[in-house]
Amino acid sequence: MARNNTLKLKFDSARKYAPAPESRSAAKIKDQYDLFINGKFEKPVSKKYFDTINPATEEKISRVAEANEADVDRAVKAARNAYENVWKKMPPKERGKYIFRIARMVQERARELAIVETLNGGKPIRESRDFDIPVVGNHFFYYAGWADKLEYAFPNRNAHPLGVAGQIIPWNFPLLMAAWKIAPALATGNTVVLKPAETTPLTALLLAEIIQECDLPPGVVNIITGAGATGAAIVNHPDINKIAFTGSTDVGKIIQRAIAGTNKKATLELGGKAANIIFDDAPIDQAVEGVINGIFFNQGHVCCAGSRLYVQESVYKEVVRKLKDRLETLIVGDPMDKNTDIGAINSKQQLDQINKYLKIGVKEGAEMYQSSVDLPKKGFFCRPTIFTNVAQSNRISQEEIFGPVLTIQTFRTDDEVIEKANNTPYGLSAGVWTDKGSKIFNMTTKLRAGVVWANTFNQFDPTSPFGGYKESGYGREGGLHGLTPYLNLTSIS
Amino acid sequence: MAEATIKKPIAKIEKAQSNGAPKKRLEILKTYKIYIGGKFPRTESGRYYSPENSSQEKLANVCLSSRKDFREAVVAARNAQGDWGSRAAFNRGQILYRIAEMLEGRKAQFIDELIKQDATREEAENEVLLSIDRLIYYAGWCDKFQQLYSTVNPVASSHFNFSVPEPTGVVSIIAPQSTSLLGLVSVIAPVIAGGNTCVVLASFTRPLCAVTFAEVLNSSDVPGGVINILTGKVSDLASYFADHMDVNAFVFCEKDADTQKMIQEKASLNLKRVVLYNKINWLTENGQSPYFIMDTQEIKTTWHPIENIGGAKAGY
Repeated sequence: MARNNTLKLKFDSARKYAPAPESRSAAKIKDQYDLFINGKFEKPVSKKYFDTINPATEEKISRVAEANEADVDRAVKAARNAYENVWKKMPPKERGKYIFRIARMVQERARELAIVETLNGGKPIRESRDFDIPVVGNHFFYYAGWADKLEYAFPNRNAHPLGVAGQIIPWNFPLLMAAWKIAPALATGNTVVLKPAETTPLTALLLAEIIQECDLPPGVVNIITGAGATGAAIVNHPDINKIAFTGSTDVGKIIQRAIAGTNKKATLELGGKAANIIFDDAPIDQAVEGVINGIFFNQGHVCCAGSRLYVQESVYKEVVRKLKDRLETLIVGDPMDKNTDIGAINSKQQLDQINKYLKIGVKEGAEMYQSSVDLPKKGFFCRPTIFTNVAQSNRISQEEIFGPVLTIQTFRTDDEVIEKANNTPYGLSAGVWTDKGSKIFNMTTKLRAGVVWANTFNQFDPTSPFGGYKESGYGREGGLHGLTPYLNLTSIS
Repeated sequence: MAEATIKKPIAKIEKAQSNGAPKKRLEILKTYKIYIGGKFPRTESGRYYSPENSSQEKLANVCLSSRKDFREAVVAARNAQGDWGSRAAFNRGQILYRIAEMLEGRKAQFIDELIKQDATREEAENEVLLSIDRLIYYAGWCDKFQQLYSTVNPVASSHFNFSVPEPTGVVSIIAPQSTSLLGLVSVIAPVIAGGNTCVVLASFTRPLCAVTFAEVLNSSDVPGGVINILTGKVSDLASYFADHMDVNAFVFCEKDADTQKMIQEKASLNLKRVVLYNKINWLTENGQSPYFIMDTQEIKTTWHPIENIGGAKAGY
């Protein structure tokens, strides 16, 4: 077993990194943001505002308007008016050109957007700079091109927009989720009322500024801020034709229930509890790297995170040892530092939730291992954590934790691991690590999940459809398949 | 298999002679049972109803299926799904074709049953022929729709990335209530063509063809459990079809707003996909399309890295 003799990488004192902070001054954040309705920033009818903070320091960075029902109604009216009188009538190629403009403007302001994303959400600047913001631009660019090509996408069908789309997005990839929602909706001829998450409203509001700068006709995109009540007002508004929601499975179920008996269509992109499976013939070092990326990317605030690791028994010890070694090297701390691997947990509430599960895991008899890294004194942080000796029935291996917490179980045969991996109400993603091609395809066809990564994990692309099976929701975002949820297809004959 | 053809309505069976012996040969009546897991049990409830045609002639004693029948049918459908879904698409196509062959051979029986259930001869013949053709139509789609709705996605990184449709799993169906055969065939065929298994509730007022269709299925290489057919009341069973936690999707074909709302609400318990077909005329070309297959499909996207040596990026 030569590979067991691999030397442990030394990330000790010789490898101390000097701080490499991104400059905050490259972004301007206003003291206060209003609601973006009908092309203008408007004071809320509610007259209420709430503070938004930096979760890494707990400092207030701005305050944003809280939209009430009347504000939602104003936004929906603006969207309806823009749909009926402007957007629906506009030649598709012109619609496409507006979306291209947004893509370009996002690229131009990428650094600023990355900084604000990290300040407001706590994710490492390396991730917002190298992943979130570039993919936002790419997503708009990809869908822009679809606007005048829809007749090629659906054989023997005419494609019609649905009308006004109400879109509610989460706090884990704030601007990226806004792009995933807005870009296909606009390309297919719909207009939008979008609500960013309560804790991460700022980049969506910067996007509103960009949209204004792009001269998008007023009302085509409306961005309103608020908490759960604002989202509920969107879901329940009678003049909305489509709900697109990304968030928890619990809220997704409430939404499906709330729109029962209406003609509203829905796309729900919900929770996950992805299995990541390592076979004994896998390139172990690469697999370990993939597992680390799979669960600790974005502090584990990822619906498709590989939170359940299954390791074939014969390589279990080696994998666990290497995982623990790698865990020690992860830099946890200031999200604005370019060396940081794991930034701040998004909110106090989410940190409490994660800590609750850590306690449950220990209480259920699993063994907890955490890296010895020092956490900053202020802000919301969590050490990367792995649990061994986990049972399939343990809550930590059944329920979505949405934090940097990995459970590890073992298996012997292919059938056993397929059974275990599929034994969950979720079905968003899965991962497989093996050197054998035929085994890869056996696994990828049998795993009941919408996205399956083989010998890689957490890859995303505008051309690649994303979405779940079972209780992870329905509808797809990205690629050609991401157009369907925003269209009514009618027979040509 | 009971091949008996009821040529005359039960009420018109010729009276026995005064000495108790029949005038001619006494006809064998068919027992209309339900179809679960490839077998023909009676409902466990022991209850039945006696639908009549417009001349108030009794059609038969038909099973009034219960929640337990439904649950057993779901177990059968779930057990059958893995095998059915992983069969070669070509094989599924052959089996759908075989169903059509069997139906063709028993046209007369279905035409008689349709006439008994108020169709004119012309209507009955049209409905049976269309039903056969519809099965042939979907038999052909079994190994083709994937090619239409799959994509190879040109991702920017060095990965091979493709998306394909896969069956959603177990589908509960309440068949169109206004037709006895064509509606039933039109909703079952796309669901099983795509590799799903199903539990179907037949038309309440016109249930005869559904039971006879089960006999066709039973003799046409369709594995037991792939299609399960119940008879009974929509109002008795719809809520169980909607809230069962091991059903992945629900197809409902009536224009009944209250029931639609109830179904959508209960479906949220496990995020069932709800498919409503309330504006479709099954007698027309619009009653068939590969998009009906896609209504009970999921899209799976698979990624794999592509070796990238010396900066030369390979890709698709």
